[in-house]
Amino acid sequence: MDTTTTASTPPTGRPEDTGDESARAWEELVTSALLGTDRRPPAALAGTAAGSLPGALLDEAALHTVRRRAGLRPGAAVAPPEPAPEDPRGPLPAAAGIRLEQLLAGRASPSPSGRRGAAPDLAELLPQWLALANELGYKAPPAALPALLDAARARTDLRPQALRLAGPRGLWLARLNPEWRFALRGTGAGGNLPSPDDPEGVRSLWDEGLFAERVALLAAVRTRDPAAGLALLASTWSAERAEDRLMFLDSLRTGLSGADEEFLEAALADRSRNVRATAAELLSALPASALAGRMAGRAATCVGLDRTAGSPRIAVEAPHECDAAMERDGLVAVPPAGRGERSWWLGQLVEAAPLSCWPARFGGRGPEEIVALPVADDWRAELHAAWCRAAVRQRDADWSRALLGSPAAPPATGPGTSSLAERGRLLSMLPAEERARWVASFVAAHGLSEAFQLLGVCDVPWAEPLGAAVIDALDIARDAGSYPWSFSGVMGLAERCLAPAAARQLESLTALPDEAEDVSPGAGGYWSEAFQRLVSTLRLRAAMRAELTGEHAAAGTYGA
Amino acid sequence: MSVAASSVGDMNAMGVRWMAGQVLALAPDDASRKAGSKLGTAGPWSGTGRGEGAVWGLCKGSGGAPYRTVVDTTGPAYACSCPSRKFPCKHALGLLLLQASDPTSFDDAAAAPDWAGQWLAGRRERADSAARRAETGAPAGATADPEAARRRAERRAARITAGARELEQRLADLLRGGLATAEQTGYGLWEETAARMVDAQAPGLAGRVRELGAIPGSGPGWPVRLLEECALTHLLDRAWLAADRLPPDLAATVRSRVGLTAPADGSPVRDHWHVLAQYDTADARLTTRRIWLHGATSRRTALLLSFGAAGRAPRLAFPVGALLDGELTPHPGSGRLRAEPGERFAPVAGPAAPPPGGPVGAALDAYGRALGDDPWLDAWPVTLRDVVPARAEYGWQLADADGREALPLTPAAQSRPGLWRLVALSGGAPVTVFGECGHRGFTPLAAWSPEAPGETVPLI
Repeated sequence: MDTTTTASTPPTGRPEDTGDESARAWEELVTSALLGTDRRPPAALAGTAAGSLPGALLDEAALHTVRRRAGLRPGAAVAPPEPAPEDPRGPLPAAAGIRLEQLLAGRASPSPSGRRGAAPDLAELLPQWLALANELGYKAPPAALPALLDAARARTDLRPQALRLAGPRGLWLARLNPEWRFALRGTGAGGNLPSPDDPEGVRSLWDEGLFAERVALLAAVRTRDPAAGLALLASTWSAERAEDRLMFLDSLRTGLSGADEEFLEAALADRSRNVRATAAELLSALPASALAGRMAGRAATCVGLDRTAGSPRIAVEAPHECDAAMERDGLVAVPPAGRGERSWWLGQLVEAAPLSCWPARFGGRGPEEIVALPVADDWRAELHAAWCRAAVRQRDADWSRALLGSPAAPPATGPGTSSLAERGRLLSMLPAEERARWVASFVAAHGLSEAFQLLGVCDVPWAEPLGAAVIDALDIARDAGSYPWSFSGVMGLAERCLAPAAARQLESLTALPDEAEDVSPGAGGYWSEAFQRLVSTLRLRAAMRAELTGEHAAAGTYGA
Repeated sequence: MSVAASSVGDMNAMGVRWMAGQVLALAPDDASRKAGSKLGTAGPWSGTGRGEGAVWGLCKGSGGAPYRTVVDTTGPAYACSCPSRKFPCKHALGLLLLQASDPTSFDDAAAAPDWAGQWLAGRRERADSAARRAETGAPAGATADPEAARRRAERRAARITAGARELEQRLADLLRGGLATAEQTGYGLWEETAARMVDAQAPGLAGRVRELGAIPGSGPGWPVRLLEECALTHLLDRAWLAADRLPPDLAATVRSRVGLTAPADGSPVRDHWHVLAQYDTADARLTTRRIWLHGATSRRTALLLSFGAAGRAPRLAFPVGALLDGELTPHPGSGRLRAEPGERFAPVAGPAAPPPGGPVGAALDAYGRALGDDPWLDAWPVTLRDVVPARAEYGWQLADADGREALPLTPAAQSRPGLWRLVALSGGAPVTVFGECGHRGFTPLAAWSPEAPGETVPLI
């Protein structure tokens, strides 16, 4: 039995300074105890009667033990870790710090059995809280960092905001614990990206860094100075591997402008088809580019006013072939299974053509009028769908508005598209206020059952009249006798997105209504509970905001 | 300025409201903390009011009638009509949280409703009569028949003596045959011996025996640990059998180590007590809660113990980081560390500074000195000043800021989440750490950073 000191035992485990003599005596006691005093009487107790040996050994061992414990000395200190970098951001207000701990603690406990009671769902509020705290420029309290990193580890959607709040000390901590290694990924060399203003640092990392570091570096430089980002990429472009080129090219989406056209035009001749397609897509988002011009020319030969008809309508003549020049401009020649190749080519052409070319083509008509024109030969759906994609790609608010049509019109009969997902994308091209108004009218006309995706693209908190429209619609749904969980998606959104001031308007709805005869049994109670949760979540959000912005002091926490 | 003024007003009227963090620190476990947090909003509450150091309210639950919850914040003590066995229950926590975050939702003017008022009156009466007893000098548990009590005590001492003799015999048999056999005989023999000690009404001996049984399975180096603990158990047996010849303080220590609870009979110490740490340890039979306090004026560190039957949270709960005005009565023995809290403990305002501390060498010195009074001590409460957590080959240590000496953390503390809170708080710079320092190493329980010396960061 080896009981001597080894390098890996803590210093107080078995100190040297109790003396060699004493250490030897102790070892002898341990050996005797292990083998038994009958077999191996300890030499130090020679002369003790065999019957009293166990007691004598224990006496001796007790003396050793207490003496050793009383004489423990500290061990040698190892080199301390490198100190965490300074974080110049301000600390959270005390109440907000406590709130953060609560939100992080509540994260791990979804309500049992999936039933949502009348209490707010704390995990859903964490993203909002983090975003606001970051917006206000706070840093996380150091002691909360482990829980924050754990939260970010479990939920990838939280990572950007959580890591931002965690800041340099969070990365410092993550380097000490392998469980938090994720935090070091994507931040380049452990978060030590050179500043975009440091040309030498940028150059050397760009030339020697790992792929992930280089992607992060290019994104950072491009964000700061688009031209410098392009120059950096161009300097090594021809030497990059095809899959790397694709990723790098993607980072040009940030700050895309006419200045990138020449480079992108050259990339249309790239060896890799994916790179070519991405370059073409980027160019078509620049309505003034040569590619956009070529696409406008091609589209114009396919789509125009029907001269033969009595009243104005659109005639479509889909392309008969996809030639090499079209392919070079990014058209995919082979359609997916089940689609005709001519309509496939037409869709791509119209999608890539600048929307600005159409008014001239249709006798000076604006987007609304063009969208309202009848289309010959069943091409309407195909043409409008392509325009929808073009409006999103070119971020064109006028065309988006035209293609969305009136919110009051039933979705199936409107212009553009009946797909809610695509309508959501079109909506996000509109200014925030207009978006909220449009969705409010939609909810007022059609209720909530189809509004989920549209509500999701509206800015938080919901601007009026959107909030009022949603509350009215919920009230109507309740009166109609349905159960609240048919609307759980919208309810969840409302909890996160309604302006906290709406709580007052909702207060009356939390009362338990008298059970009417024609409604689903028990629905009233569930609605009252759902509204209670909505109200208390809104209150909680108001409190969270007040704590972060410092308005909370007026509410009276002590200790300023 | 208006904030400061209002806080003074608060204090005069009813003592300072507790902050949310302090309330959460009262929760018996994580689940209650989360459940309480959810109830800390106005939603489920009605009829909330406060006055004379108490808050009350009705909380709507899933059933029909709302629960009646009342908290005496001077205790703290709680009553709730819910069936929960947690203490405090989530409703009491939620009520206190609501008061912390939204004091405007409480009616200051209203008198307590009957159900709350009766409970409060009963409590206050008991506290007053306890205070009167203390003034008149009558012992708290004065029994009607001191003669009968003496006979009972004698009978129990005789049983413990028989138990101690039996344990001595078992230890002697073990040593004679060799500790190596302990690995083969397994836990059963120890469990049986422990049961015999329970029969002998010596729970302290029973606990030690159970620990002895666990050592052979505790990994490399177990024979050394087993011999150490056997020797100390033997020392305790011997001390009990000779207790009448020991100095009074040591005799008291031996009696409490064996498991005889002596009433707290020291002279009460009134102080502003800083709650440094509160944590529970549980086995199948008992949950033991330890609460460490430090007196601002007396400079005394005190340990409060509270017990809960299996699965139940102990009733005593103090918010970590708070400063409480109250009286502690020390128990005899074991360095007079353990104390009994008086009925009233009221929070007082003001940041609680960490206890003055020293370097790691001084911490080990303090433990060594304490062993002189109580050789069975596993650890001693100490505050380390200006130490940096650093990772050595064998695990984490706390090193003096001058980089010379260091204390290793105990193996258990190496794997707790609290370790990472400590490392994060330090950021590689010196911090002040309170904890238990013993022969297994150091267990950090609370820490303070130089940037926020008034904020106690719990590490457990």
